[in-house]
Amino acid sequence: MEGKTQNQMGWLFVLPVVTLVAFNAVIPLMAVVNYSVQETFGNNMFFFEGVKWFEQVLHSDRFHASLGRQLFFSGIILAIEVPLGVAIALAMPRRGPWVSVCLVLMALPLLIPWNVVGAMWNIFALPDIGMLGRLLNDLGINYNYTQQPISAWATLIAMDVWHWTSLVVLLAYAGLSAIPDAYYQAAKIDGASPWAVFRYIQLPKMRRVLTIAVLLRFMDSFNIHTEPFVLTGGGPGNATTLLSIDLVKIALGQFDLGPAAAMSIIYFLIILLLSWVFYAVMTRGEEQ
Amino acid sequence: MRKLGWLVPALYIVFLLLPIYWLVSMSFKTTNEILGAFTLWPKKFTLENYQKIFTDPTWYNGYINSLIYVVINTVISVLVALPAAYAFSRYRFLGDKHLFFWLLTNRMAPAAVFALPFFQLYSAIGLFDTHIAVALAHCLFNIPLAVWILEGFMSSVPRQLDETAYLDGYGFWRFFLKIFLPTIAAGIGVAAFFCFMFSWVELLLAKTLTSVAAKPIAATMTRTASSSGYELGLLAAAGTLTIIPGAFVIYFVRNYIAKGFALGRV
Repeated sequence: MEGKTQNQMGWLFVLPVVTLVAFNAVIPLMAVVNYSVQETFGNNMFFFEGVKWFEQVLHSDRFHASLGRQLFFSGIILAIEVPLGVAIALAMPRRGPWVSVCLVLMALPLLIPWNVVGAMWNIFALPDIGMLGRLLNDLGINYNYTQQPISAWATLIAMDVWHWTSLVVLLAYAGLSAIPDAYYQAAKIDGASPWAVFRYIQLPKMRRVLTIAVLLRFMDSFNIHTEPFVLTGGGPGNATTLLSIDLVKIALGQFDLGPAAAMSIIYFLIILLLSWVFYAVMTRGEEQ
Repeated sequence: MRKLGWLVPALYIVFLLLPIYWLVSMSFKTTNEILGAFTLWPKKFTLENYQKIFTDPTWYNGYINSLIYVVINTVISVLVALPAAYAFSRYRFLGDKHLFFWLLTNRMAPAAVFALPFFQLYSAIGLFDTHIAVALAHCLFNIPLAVWILEGFMSSVPRQLDETAYLDGYGFWRFFLKIFLPTIAAGIGVAAFFCFMFSWVELLLAKTLTSVAAKPIAATMTRTASSSGYELGLLAAAGTLTIIPGAFVIYFVRNYIAKGFALGRV
């Protein structure tokens, strides 16, 4: 931040960005805030209701259940993807022709449209004609993700690990390749164990990129909608109905605008709050 | 331990490729084979599914629509993000830090929250079911991302470059276009890659903002899946084709990706 010149002309440079993002963010957000405090009986008639919808949402068992599922999902995703991604990045070759091959193949799932990811896992895991489902059932495991909540959850988590671990790998790998060789040579001279190298050289150097990886994976897993919707549709029953699936059901399915809008705002605030907590915890040591 | 280290990424890549293999192999099977017997590879190899997609306008128009709005979005996002990122990396101005943070919060907004208001907003201004509507809507998360990535690349360019150019008598715009932009070409590539990626994979907003004229391929797929029975082979072929543009883009930017991530910006 040092060495910048004071120049209010900066505003002219950012004006196009601010206009476009504000158009897309502020107007819809105001609409959401509007709906969240009003009751409508159709015909474009609205009545002010205060915080009624917020109280209703905060006290509803349905919201608590989907929020619980959402937190559980994001927690598991982070617990699997971050360590796994770091482990894969550590084992990847540092130079040579295989680096490009690994990077290109690993980035592939990131560029597949989200509904195709859902559809792909849907047919991959079908118990009768899908490769995975057939294999598991032939091994004697009773697996059917359209009927058993446990199978559905396992498939959902496997799908997300498949889809997003590469992002953590790419970030961690980039952090690792930024470490100068001299560090490793010094560690070798000191006779440091591989664990010590990881703990005192690699992990601290990856801290910044890992912060970003955790934040991105948290935000995106908390917002996830399309993949589980295509894979399980929130079922069986409500077993995999995550927050956003529930929200879209209320807003576009039942057209309950007030509760849906109140839920949107609570949802957004939870993401902001938790992202801030993650950020604060992970960057705590940096100023010292 | 060291010797077997290559196994970890190798096994991971196998795990990544298995579902993709299943999708691709299914796209070459006939519906009878898919539903009739479990086969690991197509016994009766057929191109029927692909033929249907390339001859039926409702199918191939989906690809064209998707590509149009993705390209428009990438161009808009990068163009407006360039001057803004320059301002954030070089100038101090009133509220700059707050503005930067506000931009990033939009990256956190759940698309599900915006689906309904977006539909109303774009219907009200008469842009519903146009490519430009989807392109503008995707700016919500792509512009903050592009600004963030480009700011990272620009801040790693020493400020002496700017000052030397001014001393040599360059005007601002001539310096910006002739010297500065070529210096951060890699950053522009990475930013464009991520804009392309997130616009290409997003479906919820794209589906909400279109009905017929600008319907994206992903929406064509979901609607076909529900309306014309369960044509798995056709669905698999359509899915396989959506992987190709992404694979192309990755191949071209493969050397920049690691560098882009190295700056800690995604």
